[in-house]
Amino acid sequence: MDSPQPAVEIVGLVKTYGDKTAVDGLGLTVERGSVTAVLGPNGAGKTTTIEVCEGYRRADGGTVRVLGLDPAVDGERLRPRVGVMLQSGGVYAGARAEEMLRHVAKLHANPLDVPMLVERLGLGSCGRTTYRRLSGGQQQRLALALAVVGRPELVFLDEPTAGLDPQARRATWDLVGDLRADGVTVVLTTHFMDEAEQLADDVHIVDRGRVIASGSPEALCRDGAENSLRFAGPPGLDLTAMVAALPEGAKAFEVARGSYRVEGDIDPQLLATVTSWCAQHGVMPEKLTVERRTLEDVFLELTGRELRA
Amino acid sequence: MTTTTGTFTPDPGAAPLGRMIAAQTALETKMLLRNGEQLLLTVVIPTLLLVLFSAVDVVDVGELHGQKRVDFLAPGMLALAVLSTAFTGQAIATGFERRYGVLKRLGATPLPRWGLMVAKTGCVLVVEALQVALLTAIAFSLGWSPHGNPLAVVLLLVLGTAAFSGLGLLMAGTLRAEATLAAANLVFVLLLVGGGVIVPLDKFPGGVEAVLNLTPIAALSDGLRDVLQHGASMPWADAGILVVWAVLGLGLAARFFRWE
Repeated sequence: MDSPQPAVEIVGLVKTYGDKTAVDGLGLTVERGSVTAVLGPNGAGKTTTIEVCEGYRRADGGTVRVLGLDPAVDGERLRPRVGVMLQSGGVYAGARAEEMLRHVAKLHANPLDVPMLVERLGLGSCGRTTYRRLSGGQQQRLALALAVVGRPELVFLDEPTAGLDPQARRATWDLVGDLRADGVTVVLTTHFMDEAEQLADDVHIVDRGRVIASGSPEALCRDGAENSLRFAGPPGLDLTAMVAALPEGAKAFEVARGSYRVEGDIDPQLLATVTSWCAQHGVMPEKLTVERRTLEDVFLELTGRELRA
Repeated sequence: MTTTTGTFTPDPGAAPLGRMIAAQTALETKMLLRNGEQLLLTVVIPTLLLVLFSAVDVVDVGELHGQKRVDFLAPGMLALAVLSTAFTGQAIATGFERRYGVLKRLGATPLPRWGLMVAKTGCVLVVEALQVALLTAIAFSLGWSPHGNPLAVVLLLVLGTAAFSGLGLLMAGTLRAEATLAAANLVFVLLLVGGGVIVPLDKFPGGVEAVLNLTPIAALSDGLRDVLQHGASMPWADAGILVVWAVLGLGLAARFFRWE
């Protein structure tokens, strides 16, 4: 590899506002060329962390390196190389979408083709409408376009799909996928777990200013707790024989009247054990489903709280 | 490593500084000229006042000694043009740019902050040039006969621009956008009436006049009138007052301006 340092390296970041600690010893590493999601509820410290990386805020403790540089000191060298999408605003109220995009393109040496980007993000429909009269979704897509138009190595997207309709959300996801395919490192914050699961190579779950879990979405969902299998049947079934047949550590119980759950390492063998027990006992397992843990479950288990605060 | 070049393959870099500042100046100017309220302030009001008060004898402009009313009013309107663009217009626009994250967003582009400030100044100078051209043309059509050294006029206008820009940016960078909007308009009206623009300051009581004489608008309108109406070479006292305001305003703005 020609680039030995990670795209972003944060160690023990602390940021306080008055007596409120927004970021409390946060650490994470973003590999070059990856898509990394920083996932967490509102107020977890996601935006503050990103804004320290973007050079908007100074860390009160810890170290932050972006493309090997300190954003608080080397802002001038970093700015051309890093694309930024703010959570909201950032455009003159009286500017038209394409006009603003052309302007930011002019501030870069080798910008993307503006008409292509307008087409890709469906900004053509904005026409001569000024920014203040664009819909929230159009403003979001323009902010995304502004982040990538300068052909950056690294982009920070702060809640890129908040408030988007499903179609626009899909367009944004596709663009993130293409950025990754072309070697752009993407760091995004979100509180949608499906977004993190869909897009990210690595996920860092942040809560109360700290990273509480990190890994690929698959690894996070696999580790620790088990998956489960659910089915519905007549209420009050005696599951003793089934439990005896299951591998060690697996459990089976009636969660609610007529609703059953089997927990453990759900593999084809276990599934066969359960269905053969059903066959022996003349039970038709209705609504039989194998449930994979979601990041939401992981978050709930780690914090005991809902992710979407 | 991949060798094919995709659409988004990184190729970062800043545009040359001159090109960035030129682009920013052009955009700022376009935004200002597109804004109806700003045009009212910078173009319509000075033009109306000039035409109205030159034609109709509603304000006592003092002893004319054979000169026309426009000879008194035109220098005041030039001062008002600088006040409206460098102070009121710039304060309001910058205040809302700060409020809506425009300054923050531009801070993430390769354009340095000082480059943005240069562009803002460039925009103010472009608009002032348009105002001066328009007001001068109208004044001539009303029979204006200016005197004095054009260089002294330019110097006074530049010093006035520096003084008002500093004060406008200080306001925009420290107050809430709505407070800036209200205060900048209020100051505009107060200085219009009490700054020797249309009402000669000697109409005020002596003590008040002495204080008003120290305001930047009085220094600018009085200085411009000394040159254009009375043919003075260079009104150093007025220029000095403007320099003090410029140093004060720009210094405080540089110290206290907050970008978000």
